Amino acid sequence: MNTLQRGINAMIEQIDAPIATFFTSCVHCGLCADSCLFYTETQDPKFTPIYKLEPLRRIWQQEYTFWGKLMSQLGLSKPVTDAELAAWEPLVYDSCTLCGRCSLACPVGNDIVYMVRKMREGMVASGHAPEGLKGATQRAIGLGSPMGVNLNTLMAHIHNTEKETGLSVPLDKEGADYMMVLSSAEIAEYSEIVSAVTRIFHQAGVSWTMASDGFEGTNSGIQIGSSDLAAELLSRVVRAAERLKVKYVISPECGHAYTALRWEGPNLIGRPYHFEVIHIIELLDQLRSEGRLRTEGLDETRMTFHDPCQMVRRGGVVEQPRNLLHMVAPNFVEMPDAGIQNWCCGGGGGVSANERAEPLRIKVFSRKKAQLDAIGVDTIVTSCSNCRTMLLDGLEHNSMNLNVVGLTELIAEHLAPASK
Amino acid sequence: MADHDSLEHRLAEQGISRRAFLKFCAAMASLMALPPGSAVAIAAALAKAKRPSVIWLSFQECTGCTESLTRSHSPTLESLIFDMISLDYHHTLQAASGFAAEKSRDDAMQAYYGKYLLLVDGSIPTKDGGVYSTIAGRSNLDLLHEAAKGAAAIVAVGTCAAFGGIPMAKPNPTGAVAVSDLIKDKPIINISGCPPIPAVITGVLAHYLTFGELPALDELGRPKAFYGETIHDHCYRRPFYDQGKFAKTFDDEGARNGWCLYELGCKGPTTHNACATTKWNGGAGFPIEAGHGCLGCSEPNFWDAGSFYAPLPAPSADVTTIAEVAAVTGAAAAVALSALDRAKKKRAQQAHEKLTVKDL
Amino acid sequence: MNPQDLLYWVRGTGLQIAAAIFVLGMSYRMLHLVLLGRKKSLAIPRGSEWAYGLRIMWQRSFVLPELSARGKFTVVAGYIFHLGFLITLFFLSQHIDMLRAILKFGWPALPRSVIDIAAILSIAAMIALLVHRIIDPVKRLLSDFQDYLTWALTFLPLLTGFMLLRSIGFGYTTLLTLHILSVELLLIAIPFTKLAHMFSTFVSRWYNGASAGFRGVKA
Repeated sequence: MNTLQRGINAMIEQIDAPIATFFTSCVHCGLCADSCLFYTETQDPKFTPIYKLEPLRRIWQQEYTFWGKLMSQLGLSKPVTDAELAAWEPLVYDSCTLCGRCSLACPVGNDIVYMVRKMREGMVASGHAPEGLKGATQRAIGLGSPMGVNLNTLMAHIHNTEKETGLSVPLDKEGADYMMVLSSAEIAEYSEIVSAVTRIFHQAGVSWTMASDGFEGTNSGIQIGSSDLAAELLSRVVRAAERLKVKYVISPECGHAYTALRWEGPNLIGRPYHFEVIHIIELLDQLRSEGRLRTEGLDETRMTFHDPCQMVRRGGVVEQPRNLLHMVAPNFVEMPDAGIQNWCCGGGGGVSANERAEPLRIKVFSRKKAQLDAIGVDTIVTSCSNCRTMLLDGLEHNSMNLNVVGLTELIAEHLAPASK
Repeated sequence: MADHDSLEHRLAEQGISRRAFLKFCAAMASLMALPPGSAVAIAAALAKAKRPSVIWLSFQECTGCTESLTRSHSPTLESLIFDMISLDYHHTLQAASGFAAEKSRDDAMQAYYGKYLLLVDGSIPTKDGGVYSTIAGRSNLDLLHEAAKGAAAIVAVGTCAAFGGIPMAKPNPTGAVAVSDLIKDKPIINISGCPPIPAVITGVLAHYLTFGELPALDELGRPKAFYGETIHDHCYRRPFYDQGKFAKTFDDEGARNGWCLYELGCKGPTTHNACATTKWNGGAGFPIEAGHGCLGCSEPNFWDAGSFYAPLPAPSADVTTIAEVAAVTGAAAAVALSALDRAKKKRAQQAHEKLTVKDL
Repeated sequence: MNPQDLLYWVRGTGLQIAAAIFVLGMSYRMLHLVLLGRKKSLAIPRGSEWAYGLRIMWQRSFVLPELSARGKFTVVAGYIFHLGFLITLFFLSQHIDMLRAILKFGWPALPRSVIDIAAILSIAAMIALLVHRIIDPVKRLLSDFQDYLTWALTFLPLLTGFMLLRSIGFGYTTLLTLHILSVELLLIAIPFTKLAHMFSTFVSRWYNGASAGFRGVKA
């Protein structure tokens, strides 16, 4: 098979009852455009979500519909070409963060982002994925992390934490209840998280560990759209967790890591896990409700919360971060469209790793800016390290002087002293 | 000096005044929707008109058309019309019988060859050589062809002659057809109705006598003056239709209030005739005034167009059974073809070449 | 074929053909969609697929995200068209007469004045939506021949129906024949075009809602 055939074959593999139903139902009303950051901020019709799926739609029509098959037999249909896939590559990767807002807007009920995720399987198989994202995936597979961090980097953070807190950071501890996984960005840029979770878990008395062979949760395979590569990356975490016989794996503050671990994982490896997956924020809220997580002092800063798409729309974690924020932030305000309808930071779904997409990503940050301008806050709290980086980047380009902090760190800062 | 054969003279002989005659002409003019001044022209033309010879052939019929034309107690327009024409053969009305009757027809056909009007009521059976209806041993088919040859024009009186009518209704055992199905080389006027309105027959004859030609006809060969509009167009219950007020049964509140009979199967909207304006029985009324919907009797195939009591929008055939069969067939096709599609998907999965980092 | 025969044909054989194609096509198409199947997720669910799927089937008719002016226009005109179309379809007494003859049961009709307004608004909304499809850059980009064909096939029954009720243009027999014929063309087209969304929308919504419900997402 050449790469085009391989790509088309992958799409034929991916098309299922939901996709067939979605294409059948689409009435070309164009309402999904209004839900998409890339359309609203550019007014360019080619960014209409359903339009990004045109090659997939044609393959569905030609391969899975009665008339389409008939037309193909008669030679009357236009097969999808390599040039078309190449032309669609920026639409499928640069102008879609897999945020899923279109799936909530579609009046006929099409889960458009589900289809974009599936279409990427064919795009990457046909060789049409952005260089930046390819590089990130190569690093993830080859080096263990898309950002090139490795166990040595993590060990340095562990030593620093142990020195700073006087607590031991468990590594490869068999039989622990929880196994903490981190995101690349956390290890590379937001290493305070190691200290933060160490102190919180110590206070709450959580039995936990990290794994030297499965500490990285970021999954570039999901973003580039290859289940094969995603499975390879994910199976490192699964192997480690099952080796250490933990009951839970904690997803880091990273949206796509959560999606990969929580929802796609068992399907990628083709079997259920021997453990459960819980997002760090879910766990913290659970500890809070059990009275095991106690804070002291308040942060009077006017702050807001940026909902990561994969946490809310694609993850169903909406209330938990708010419960935690209310513990420490009396001046917490919601952004317009907060929660399930929140607007993406612009860098999800692999866009942040795709240098080609950067100018567009910076342009569409105007939506986030408008949301922030509407409430006038000093600090943005979020629970995804990729969002955090994208927010910092967008703020800088717009000369906005706001702090961006991770929710787990914010809680750790206000942690009450451990009771003896 | 009055022509002794002229209509005016004959009417005078029978004691019918010129006043009554003019009234008749005015009525004819209005019926045919002619301009107001035409009544005088009709009177002048009719007064001088020679009585044309008319041969009336009755085939597969019920005599209802003749009844319609003749049943009247006082001098009427219809009785006047018989004075306008010389009815040389009509086996129901004529006094002569047997060979004498047949001879009078032959004589008229010879004497007025090319000039006489041929009126036909009843349809013509064609099956088995036309044996199902004969007169004096000759088939209707034969009689029609013979009489049509010398006719100036043919008037098909009643729905049977015009469109085949009830004899032609399913299963049509005699192979009955309309006059126009057999005769192609003569002008034919269809005066449909079961029976047709008497004044319409009269009006058409008056028109022919006055102008010496056939009136303007619609696409079914009917005089536009009488069949140009529908019963519905002139129905006194039309406002109720427009307001959506319908009688649901023949004895409900709506029926008592005189609401529209559409839902009770009235075919007025699709029936072209003058009943709603000329009315019947000396203007006494028409079926809808009597509380019953129009049957559509002046339209072709009215007997086979579904129940008289089924509303117009109701399907005229069973769709439920077909839909059930279609649903099952569709489901079966879906099961069969989706098995193919799943096989295709499986093949694609088997053909899947695992993507490795080298492929990037 | 005389006008009466033609009317009789469209009320009978024509309707049978159209109904057969419509039912066969839709039965085939809807079942075929579902039978393609989907992988059951091996992840641990956080909520119910069925409960939320069913809820979204209904709820998606009303949930409207923040919209631009062009989006609002589409939604408002779309609502007016669909509601007007459904009101005239199901609540004009003549239509109920037809459905009663098939279904063996009926329901009360709405007053003619209401039907008139619904039909006029629906026709106006359709014309506006057509113009919008041509001038709006997003819709123009998405549109193909089928969008215009299905527009015409949907518009004709509305137009001929309205002309029939108001006795505009042609005689009753002609208009009734054209009206029924246009409905039959529409019925025949539905299974093979995007008009199939009249049923598949609900399947789409279920899949979408089920996926969200599985993850415990509450909109």
